[in-house]
Amino acid sequence: MSGPRPLSTCTPGLRAPRFARGDALVLIAVIFAALLLGFPAFALDKPLDDPALEARAIELNKELRCLVCQNQAISESNAPLAADLRQVVRDRIAAGDSDQQVMNYLVERYGDWVLLDPPFKLNTWALWLGPALLLVIGGVGVRVWVRRQSGRNDTAQTALSADEQARLTRLLEQDGQR
Amino acid sequence: MTEQVEKPAAAPGRKWLFALLPLAVVVVIALFLYRGLSLEPRTIPSALINKPVPTFDLPPIDGRAQPGLASTDLNAGEVSLVNVFASWCVACRVEHPLLMEMAEAGEVPVHGLNYKDEPGAALGWLRRFGDPYARVGSDRDGRVGIDWGVYGVPETFVISGDGQIVCKHIGPIMPHDLDNKIMPAVEAARAGRPVAC
Repeated sequence: MSGPRPLSTCTPGLRAPRFARGDALVLIAVIFAALLLGFPAFALDKPLDDPALEARAIELNKELRCLVCQNQAISESNAPLAADLRQVVRDRIAAGDSDQQVMNYLVERYGDWVLLDPPFKLNTWALWLGPALLLVIGGVGVRVWVRRQSGRNDTAQTALSADEQARLTRLLEQDGQR
Repeated sequence: MTEQVEKPAAAPGRKWLFALLPLAVVVVIALFLYRGLSLEPRTIPSALINKPVPTFDLPPIDGRAQPGLASTDLNAGEVSLVNVFASWCVACRVEHPLLMEMAEAGEVPVHGLNYKDEPGAALGWLRRFGDPYARVGSDRDGRVGIDWGVYGVPETFVISGDGQIVCKHIGPIMPHDLDNKIMPAVEAARAGRPVAC
């Protein structure tokens, strides 16, 4: 430290350590290096040899729901069952299944529950149509309300009766005098 | 003027209805929450109910004297239970004394599906806590478990005499599950009645 020593009430031994800019860069580099050590869930998987098939497997894994950690896809889950299911998907694809056949294979075992995109069925209609239905109900409600409000304004805008006109003139005159 | 007065005059009855609207909304939301929050989201309904057991043939646990477990063991005319267990599964210890009691009472044969377990660990576990199972299949890679739709151990299936899965219980069997769910399912399956599960 050059120049005059700044006035400070701190005892010298308790001064905060000062980092040079280079130190900060090293620190940032270390933090980023540590972040790189975190690896995705599928890092321990055995990918398929054919990159095209592996790409299909990866896409399918995003569509399948993990049964243990619900609301995660099996592509992003660390659960052992998710890893097993990723392997099942790979095995089915390697065996020549179409994407739909792989999906069906898992639906047969775990039900529609495994699909992150549930199919339209008798017991899912409320799920699919509910939001639209609520929107329609809300829209009709708003429309009725707006109609009624504007209806009220219309009556207010009708011509004043003779009594009202006289009263208004009186009030305006009073106001003008003030 | 008279027209204007009439319109609000017609309203009071309706106004009351509108005043009750928030209450009605609250009641509807409360009903949905009451139902929704009392459901158990971890219990996923099985897709295999009233379907035949998957085709499989598992070897016994290495070192266990009794034979392994195959689908053909489950459609021999006798109602049975298939219990998915593992030595690493803590909740399995909770239900284990109940399975031991059932085995001693001999009411219904209980078969085991030893899910993703080391044979040594599984044998040690059975030696330590007791072995209630008639047959045990060792499913080391968990593939047969996937065929059964297993996602959390322990799970217990009730199998009818002709090899149909008629009931599935997820999680440890507690005494009231046994009395209210599993044994009634076993009796219904024996009588050939439809099983409520």
